[in-house]
Amino acid sequence: MNLASAVRVITRPETCETSPAAPPPSIQVRHLDFYYGATRALKDNNLDIEAGKVTAIIGPSGCGKSTHIRVYNRIYQLYREQRATGEVIIDGQNVLDPKTDLIELRRQVGMIFQKPTPFPMSIFDNVAYGLRLHYRLSADDIAERVQSALCAAALWDEVKDILHRPGTALSGGQQQRLCIARALAVEPRVLLMDEPCSALDPIATARIEGLIQELRGRYTIVIVTHNLQQAARVADFTAFFLMGELVEYGATEQIFTAPKDPRTEDYITGKFG
Amino acid sequence: MKKKNPHLRKALDLAVKGLSSLGSGIGIAVLFWILFEVVRRGAAAFNPAFFTELPAPPGVEGGGLANAMLGTLMITGLAALFGVPAGMLGGVYLSEYGRGKRFGDVVRFVMSAMMGVPSILVGLFAYGLLVVTSGHFSGWAAVFALAMIMIPIVSRTTEEMLLLVPNALREAALAVGSPRWKVTLSVLFRAARGGLVTGVLLAVARVTGETAPLLFTALNSPYWPDKLSEPTANLTVTIFNYAMSPYENWQRAAWGGSLLIVASVLALTLGARILSREKKT
Repeated sequence: MNLASAVRVITRPETCETSPAAPPPSIQVRHLDFYYGATRALKDNNLDIEAGKVTAIIGPSGCGKSTHIRVYNRIYQLYREQRATGEVIIDGQNVLDPKTDLIELRRQVGMIFQKPTPFPMSIFDNVAYGLRLHYRLSADDIAERVQSALCAAALWDEVKDILHRPGTALSGGQQQRLCIARALAVEPRVLLMDEPCSALDPIATARIEGLIQELRGRYTIVIVTHNLQQAARVADFTAFFLMGELVEYGATEQIFTAPKDPRTEDYITGKFG
Repeated sequence: MKKKNPHLRKALDLAVKGLSSLGSGIGIAVLFWILFEVVRRGAAAFNPAFFTELPAPPGVEGGGLANAMLGTLMITGLAALFGVPAGMLGGVYLSEYGRGKRFGDVVRFVMSAMMGVPSILVGLFAYGLLVVTSGHFSGWAAVFALAMIMIPIVSRTTEEMLLLVPNALREAALAVGSPRWKVTLSVLFRAARGGLVTGVLLAVARVTGETAPLLFTALNSPYWPDKLSEPTANLTVTIFNYAMSPYENWQRAAWGGSLLIVASVLALTLGARILSREKKT
């Protein structure tokens, strides 16, 4: 960690401005199938995600919610036996095209995981990690962007004096906001959140949900959650998955008050799941 | 139903407990006996000259093993210089790229087999490859042999340590757009640092005490190890030669050398333990 740049950050006037480089994109999913080896986990998913809105994906365990969003940034490719077919179109580009530049794709499509995953380095370096990967920046610029990312993730005030401490020393909720700051730092346009609050206590959960509200409009956010109240609280649109199929998709209010499919109704009224 | 005799059960329990304690007692006693003898007789050889001077001829008092100490340091150090990076890269391949691939499985199997190959065979291999073809014993051949012994040890420990890093961390690093090699170097290596250093220290400790491969490669020399292309002085072969000699001052020097080797291996192992404990907290 560069202590000098950390000191510069601290002495800087505290502003909390982040501006994504480009307006958030919409996402079109067409005929998406997914296989774990020979097991088909997603069946012909078709979905239009609105730009700049928060879309929740709900459904019982094992229904393919996480699998679905793990296609958007092709993170599933870490595992040899996993395979996706169909199209996921972001900004007119099919990300499943083999020619897609994965590094640029993942800069634009950030991901927050179920368990907080701070890297084994300082808080400052955790946030600067992606910046140093993608941009040529002076130490001053890095410090400035680290600060604004931490600000945007509502973590700055808690860590501004301990930027040199390891990221793993923070509490679970702080670690998760650190991961959000790390994702925001590289100026993504889409944020994928895979059950981001499932490892957190209610207070930390409330902070993350508040944060999602603040980020709304500036990023296209897709959040997987097993918590129906959470979907109702944060999402503009909700998609209900069951056994790898997209059962119903619509405005959150409609899904929760007037579901069209009886299976959706059974799930949200707690008959199964 | 007839009840079993409780006295018999208790007696049996006591007997098993007694026998297993005896077994471990024998093991520890022998270890401490060896350590005690090495310290008692080795310490007698320690004096400033022992660490700074060339060996004295048989029967002449004074002299030391400084050339052998330096030679062992050079051979082990250079072997680590070549063996550790090669072993680490192999371990990275096994854990990050070769998983689930046939070639990866073959490499892993061969590495495991090589760890069990007697070191004298590695020495013979280096002898055939480098000593016979060049026509003379050399320190470089010893460096080669020891590096060959280190590579599989470092590879397998590197693989094990990297596999302990949860996949969630790999995914998180890839998800910010990090290329695979950078994920490994800047995130996984940091996360596994304690374990990786431990593996390297244990590998160095292992080859420090090797004698057989050096007999066929470095051989030994009564001079300073200024050229590794010639027979090179080293501690273990010196101990081997001196201990079997009939000269009393050489035998004493052999004990001194033994104490030095035992102490350094102990220090390396202890260092490894401390580092691996630090990793857990």
